[in-house]
Amino acid sequence: MASGSVTSPSGVPATAAAGHSMSILGYSGPQLAALAVLLALIAVGPFVLYPVFLMKLLCFALFACAFNLLIGYVGLLSFGHAAYFGMGSYIAGYCAKQLGLTPEISILAGTLVATLLGVAFGWLAIRRQGIYFAMITMGLAQMVYFFCVQAPFTGGEDGIQAIPRGRLFGIFDLAPDMHMYWLTAAVFLIGFFLVHRIVHSPFGQVMKAIRENEPRAVSLGYRADDYKLLAFVLSTALAGLAGATKSLVFGIATLTDVYWAMSGEVVLMTLLGGLGTIFGPVVGAAVIITMENYLAEFGAWVTVIQGVIFCLAVLLFRRGIVGEIGRFLKVQL
Amino acid sequence: MTLDRRSLIRTAALAAAVPALGALPSGRARAQAGTTLKIGVLTDMSGTYRDISGPTSVACVRQAVQDFGSHGFNVEVLTGDHQNKPDVGSNIARQWFDRDGVDVVVDVPTSSVGLAIAGVAREKNKVCLNSTSATSDLTGSACTPNTIHVTYDTYMLARSTGGAMVKAGGDTWFFITADYAFGHALERDTTRFVQAAGGRVVGSVKHPFPGTTDFSSFLVQAQASRAKVIGLANAGVDTVNAVKQAAEFGVTRRGTKIAVLLMFINDVHGLGLRTAQGLVCTETFYWDLNDRTRAFTSRVKDKLNNNYPAMSSAGNYASVLHYLKVAAEMGADKAKVSGAETVSRMKAMPTDDDVFGQGRIREDGRWVHPAYLFEVKKPEESKGPWDYYKLLQTTAADEAFRPLSEGGCPLVRG
Repeated sequence: MASGSVTSPSGVPATAAAGHSMSILGYSGPQLAALAVLLALIAVGPFVLYPVFLMKLLCFALFACAFNLLIGYVGLLSFGHAAYFGMGSYIAGYCAKQLGLTPEISILAGTLVATLLGVAFGWLAIRRQGIYFAMITMGLAQMVYFFCVQAPFTGGEDGIQAIPRGRLFGIFDLAPDMHMYWLTAAVFLIGFFLVHRIVHSPFGQVMKAIRENEPRAVSLGYRADDYKLLAFVLSTALAGLAGATKSLVFGIATLTDVYWAMSGEVVLMTLLGGLGTIFGPVVGAAVIITMENYLAEFGAWVTVIQGVIFCLAVLLFRRGIVGEIGRFLKVQL
Repeated sequence: MTLDRRSLIRTAALAAAVPALGALPSGRARAQAGTTLKIGVLTDMSGTYRDISGPTSVACVRQAVQDFGSHGFNVEVLTGDHQNKPDVGSNIARQWFDRDGVDVVVDVPTSSVGLAIAGVAREKNKVCLNSTSATSDLTGSACTPNTIHVTYDTYMLARSTGGAMVKAGGDTWFFITADYAFGHALERDTTRFVQAAGGRVVGSVKHPFPGTTDFSSFLVQAQASRAKVIGLANAGVDTVNAVKQAAEFGVTRRGTKIAVLLMFINDVHGLGLRTAQGLVCTETFYWDLNDRTRAFTSRVKDKLNNNYPAMSSAGNYASVLHYLKVAAEMGADKAKVSGAETVSRMKAMPTDDDVFGQGRIREDGRWVHPAYLFEVKKPEESKGPWDYYKLLQTTAADEAFRPLSEGGCPLVRG
């Protein structure tokens, strides 16, 4: 499962680069090729496709990457990631609109609140595993949903509307879509590289060790709970970052972002793209968001088509799109 | 290995099918000579509001285009499903305005989506004709020079159902209210009108939102209060569940009236007359109201797949027809240039259509027309399909909606 190199739980600094002669910054050869394609798509995309659509896609791709960090590398299925995504979005929206803060501060504030929420919820949830963990995270997320329905600052079912994009650092006007696009792309890439860095750090090796065999990791002297909590918090922070960015892209923060269906959607994206692969969540998010937008004309068929694709994914390519491609080419993507 | 290859082929086939499906709609756009006005129907095709908007709204819009006929410009109708998600709706609307040259977005159920689209229309200086959102903020604090709110809003529902109900004898009320902003606002507004008309509110109870399925304890409390009217300040599934359980408790058989603050004829159809009989609700359009509404319904009926238009979907007929009249008057080329200009011309011209009859659009974007308080017929009174309502009271156009001065719309002060 771990990338080509032989892993040692202690994780000497050289681990990431040692195994492959071709690897740079922990990326293997095929991963570098895929990364080049991804960067090229991000650079060329807005000139071909609609920028707002691409921004949405990048936000959800980051959200899926955050989720994948937890399920793909620690093996914890959280069914409440909408809470952090939505909270990030509400707080960023509130800061930008009501407090008039600059976009970067608003995004950071949203991320921070999502992180704190992650600390509290993670501390409670990581005591259990499997279905119990999923249920606890879902229950806590539902509490956040009810809080958002009732709290005055969220605007109830109307949400926070007309959030200004503002000026980055008080200088760059983000109102034109292309300006906002580059900011979103930067945020996405920072998150994406961070996830990759985490996964290929000594810390990441321990995470994977816990996923594979927790009692054994404990017997080797690792405090499994601490690792799990830290992974959980990192994942929620990135989910909050994605939500906060999205609220500025669209200028709205609404209950959709904290609803449990959003937690389900991110599971779908990750599974479809490929669990425990670096590029999988990005591809999965792209497929789901594209369907949501470009099949909108088919009305009720959107959900039917999503369902069919999910069934096919589970029945035919269980490793997800990227996972199957990787297996066919015999590389780790 | 063969298994793998086969699954890979299937994957590839699927991957090929997805973009092919996505490419279909663009094939529809045909090159035509002359100016083309594009109307985007942004609606709910798959969720809770499908019956009161969705395909029925699309049919009503197409009917308006057909009835308007040819006036030297083309009209194209696009549809999009916002899936009740504001970001999906906002994305579609932005793409329509920026890429597809859409001039006007109509329908837009769900208040959060409606408000979001009104903001996008203002930003891009296009037109938004909202018929299906309930929030009165669209013509209040969130009003814009680019949006017209047709058909109904929460204030009108509260006023008509609250005020007219008291006049019809229901002077003591008990509320069962969904515990969120929408429910609270509806209860607060209705209470005001009940009291203004000389009625009294004897109590109220709040039920959790969303997800309340058991209303029995709330209904028992309501009955124990001996109020003549039980007001349901909730919507959608909650209302339907409450009404069903009220029928099981035999509430209406004992002479208590149930006033549903937000209900559409399609909900009555879904409940069936046996369950829904005796309910009181407000709509601004009913297909069997007068000769004009019957004429409109008979034209559009065959295109609806056994559904009937509620006020929400029918309102799109009125708004699109009026838009096209104004576009013809000012010239389609000019109508494309500035949404705000087109909307101000729409406000200047009196409205006249088969759905609402004669009316006008106020400067805050509120389309004013009469509101009707209906009672749902007993099964034996109903003579044909969809013969569901009898008229109790009519609130005149000038009284039905929130006074211009109370809305707090920034356009009014100037």
